[in-house]
Amino acid sequence: MSEANLFKGYKGPALDVLKNFQAQVWSDAKISTAKGQYTGIILPRSETEDPLHIVLKLRSGYNIGILASSVTAIEIQGRKEAHYKIPEKEFPYDPKKPRVKLFGTGGTIASRLDYRTGAVIPAFSPGELYGSVPELADICNIETEKLYGVFSENMGPEQWTGTAEAIGREIAKGVTGIVIGHGTDTMHHTAAILSFMVQNSPVPIVMVGSQRSSDRPSSDAALNLMHSVKTAAESDIAEVMVCMFGPTSDTYGLLHRGTRVRKMHSSYRSTFRTIGDIPIAMVSRDKITPLRRDYKRRREDKNVIINTAFEEKVSIVYYYPNMKPDIIDSLIDNGYRGIVIAGTGLGHVNKPLYPALKRAKDKKIVVYMTVQTLWGYVQMYVYDTGRDMMELGVVPAANMLPEVAYVKLGWALGQTSDLDEIHKIMLTPIAGEITEREPSNGYLILQGGIPEVEEFISKFRK
Amino acid sequence: MNAYNFLFKPFQDMRTEDYASVGFKSGLEIHQQLMTEKKLFCRCPAGRYSDKFDAEILRHMRPTLSELGEYDGTALMEFKTKKEIIYEIQRDTVCTYEMDDTPPFMINEEALDIALGIGMLYDCIMIDELHIARKQYLDGSIPTGFQRTTIVGVDGKIPFKGREIRIVQLGLEEDACREVSDIGHRRTYLTDRLGMPLIETVTAPDMRTPQEVAEVAQLLRRIVRSTGHVRTGIGAAREDVNVSVRGGTRVEIKGVPRIPRIPLLTYHEAMRQWNLLRLREELAGRGITTQTLAASTEDITRLFRRTLYQPLQSAVSSGMSVYGVRLNGFRGLLRWQTQTNTYFSQEISDRVRVIACLTTLPNMVDSDSHGQALTSAEWQTVGKAFKASDDDTLVIVWGPAEDAKLGAQEVVVRAREATMGIPSETRQALKDGTNGFERILPGPNRMYPDTDLPPKAVDAERLDRIRAGLPPHITSRERWYREIDVPEDLIERLSVSPYAPLFEKSVKEWGLSSKLASVLLIQYPKRLKKKGLPVPLLDGGMMEDTLKALRDRRMFKEGILPLLEQALVSGQSIGQLLPSPGTILELKESIVQTAESLSNKKMKDDQSLIRLAMGRLMQKWRGRIDGAKVADQLARYLNKETE
Repeated sequence: MSEANLFKGYKGPALDVLKNFQAQVWSDAKISTAKGQYTGIILPRSETEDPLHIVLKLRSGYNIGILASSVTAIEIQGRKEAHYKIPEKEFPYDPKKPRVKLFGTGGTIASRLDYRTGAVIPAFSPGELYGSVPELADICNIETEKLYGVFSENMGPEQWTGTAEAIGREIAKGVTGIVIGHGTDTMHHTAAILSFMVQNSPVPIVMVGSQRSSDRPSSDAALNLMHSVKTAAESDIAEVMVCMFGPTSDTYGLLHRGTRVRKMHSSYRSTFRTIGDIPIAMVSRDKITPLRRDYKRRREDKNVIINTAFEEKVSIVYYYPNMKPDIIDSLIDNGYRGIVIAGTGLGHVNKPLYPALKRAKDKKIVVYMTVQTLWGYVQMYVYDTGRDMMELGVVPAANMLPEVAYVKLGWALGQTSDLDEIHKIMLTPIAGEITEREPSNGYLILQGGIPEVEEFISKFRK
Repeated sequence: MNAYNFLFKPFQDMRTEDYASVGFKSGLEIHQQLMTEKKLFCRCPAGRYSDKFDAEILRHMRPTLSELGEYDGTALMEFKTKKEIIYEIQRDTVCTYEMDDTPPFMINEEALDIALGIGMLYDCIMIDELHIARKQYLDGSIPTGFQRTTIVGVDGKIPFKGREIRIVQLGLEEDACREVSDIGHRRTYLTDRLGMPLIETVTAPDMRTPQEVAEVAQLLRRIVRSTGHVRTGIGAAREDVNVSVRGGTRVEIKGVPRIPRIPLLTYHEAMRQWNLLRLREELAGRGITTQTLAASTEDITRLFRRTLYQPLQSAVSSGMSVYGVRLNGFRGLLRWQTQTNTYFSQEISDRVRVIACLTTLPNMVDSDSHGQALTSAEWQTVGKAFKASDDDTLVIVWGPAEDAKLGAQEVVVRAREATMGIPSETRQALKDGTNGFERILPGPNRMYPDTDLPPKAVDAERLDRIRAGLPPHITSRERWYREIDVPEDLIERLSVSPYAPLFEKSVKEWGLSSKLASVLLIQYPKRLKKKGLPVPLLDGGMMEDTLKALRDRRMFKEGILPLLEQALVSGQSIGQLLPSPGTILELKESIVQTAESLSNKKMKDDQSLIRLAMGRLMQKWRGRIDGAKVADQLARYLNKETE
């Protein structure tokens, strides 16, 4: 073992003291200090913590930090190294059950403790999965493949492309459905780009994650997994979907269309919402209940189209009052080929930006307008300023969500540099990213405190 | 057999030697809510209780691994029960943190200060750097499935009867939900109490009799109350009692709401353990050990289609299943006494109720217990089905098919445990002083570091600041009270009263009599309460003003009670109610008047005149002008006259 591992995470005075007494991490030790004695196991220390304390797991299971400078002796009595491992069990095979492929990209759907940072890091293995959620075996046969092990904020074009290609391979092999474990932060970005990169899928492609890591008894991971696997195995919805909690209660999940879904709360379980429309279906452990009929149906063929083109020089600009043109200019100067603006209201930015927008147009940089209100359409004819901007080449992107427009623009620019072609790709809905109409129940943010809403909340579990 | 031939006597006949002969050991875990404005890890108000709620949340709990990669026994047991947990939520007392939909906020510093102070009162070794842990509770009593908790001190001690009771550790943690109901597969909790700051004091098993356990509980309660920063009232302090006997296992009686109930509960637990050890000897004598135990279970619903025993009849007619269990060679042992009027069959029934969720009682019948509703013909039919002999015991459970099957298996599990001794359990305190099974005792494997919060260093400066504000230890207070003749019946209460510092100031700095100050601070509030007055309005400020008025001789002690009463009724302050102070000018005038009115009187000497004049003046000015000042002015006036 390397020295760094022998004293994992320790530095400064604490490291000196441990070395001095030859006390490695995982030692079962009696530590004497000026104040008194403690007995327990010396644990690794998180690297981000101070260099002054030694962490000890007491016999009671509690951890404490001991001021290293107060240590007078360490007597080593033994060693007990932790093996944080979910008991692995081979996933049972039943020839009568459908075959579902589970891809892992990272995220908290399966996780374990990381002593380096003290935080939870993702882990993923099929045996672990069965060891912790044996109910999955009642639904289908599962094969798993760890594509990536990254936090969702580190997902990017490379991972999107790789995932799309992996989906293509599995469909060619005749899988019944695909589940993708993913961190929740950027799950809606990945869902959107996969909706474009994987077209005409004959099977469900279900993205899933968890808002409470699976190392917590109240985690939503297990139920989300069951819902998503059931959807992949049994539903007739052959689209890219996000499957996450409907309410915060452990009751049912929602299947959101990959291009209309967004993470809307930093920590709630029911954080994913379909924006400007309604979800495709509800899913519980017992059944899948469609909420609409206009989804693409499962097919027997394998005629999927994988198109992984992507141009990385694309950006989103979230407009704010008093924005200066140098924001746009710097994108132009740095060679960006496409810009998505999240504008105010119906899709506006201030006048001082106009010269920069003109410069972008002259350089054949495409600029699309979306709305930071998230709900509603861009409408640039209502006010003169909108018309002025269209003159400057800014193209309204209807009710495409800003993040969706961003990934779609990267995908479009990856395929062509012909401006007309790009506009055609951008404005032709491929996977529901632009809808012709917003249903009257597509915008519902219930306002707490109002009597009728309170009545509703008291009747139905949150 | 010899080791266990002692037989428990009735509670009142048990003596210290008897407890010593069974190797009685007991320790306490006391949970005490702290008096803070807000909760421990969020900013919800603490201490607001209400049975009303606005919304419900449903959750399930799943076992997870401990930091050292092991599953906890309790966790697995709770998972076996497959409970649906309902949380009742009121928006004023619960935010998205308690719902487990928002990560924790930083620890409440006010609560931490109080806990650190109490740790120092216990003479603990204070922890240099606090690590927040997650202690798993899969019963659902906390929506996260774990309690955030941290150790602030270890290895403390308190003096008790000329020896020391060791304090193993002092923890600071968040309180759990209040259980509303637990029926079948559904358990319901109210969340108002959830997240309130709580300290957990764990003593070593240093108590030698059940009475001592209660005495130490009282002592600990008085120590924490002496800080003036803990909550009082129903549910603000809850005691868990750990009990073991020689050869036994540490068993925890949970949530004893009142200290006077501790001795009988503790006695019964010691008796239960002793009798279970005797049962093991009996089984061994019959050749039944963990290895040789034989039992079988079977679906015997078909045998009860025409039963007249009502619970079975309605179970069968509503499509439920009946399972039978044969415990080979157990004849009579389900009637083996464990506690007063409680038998081994109760241990089994409790398990079936908790684990298999067969919560409608009775949930089983057995062939050892007489006077039960099955006919002997029915028992014979069951016996035949199992090919049982006269030496065997038969048990019958019923309920939804899966639950009944699990229940039957659990009967065997518990019977097997009888061959090993005493299962590590937590037990619930029952009203009659006996206890019943609650759950398997969790071990250190349920601890997991809280990755949501960083460790928190506690430096010496912080401890010094807190130490400076700590009350003296109650025993040193009490010693002093005796020295200065505080009435004996007030001493214990005064030493833990929030008024104790005020008392000290009154006596030491203001020179008030110890009797007067202690009676005023401890007895008067009680008297006023008896009169139905709103005593909570009597704050420290009002008491201090009253004592100051006494110091300044602005009132007599006879006037105190009427004054306080008037203050409570009228809502006026003490200052407003006291007679207004006289000015020097007024005093001079009244000296002149007094002197004139006395001018005709024949006096023996000047001194008598002065005494008489003082008496008249003080009648008018007592409580309004200091007596010394009156004497001084009078003397000046008389001097002038004589010049």
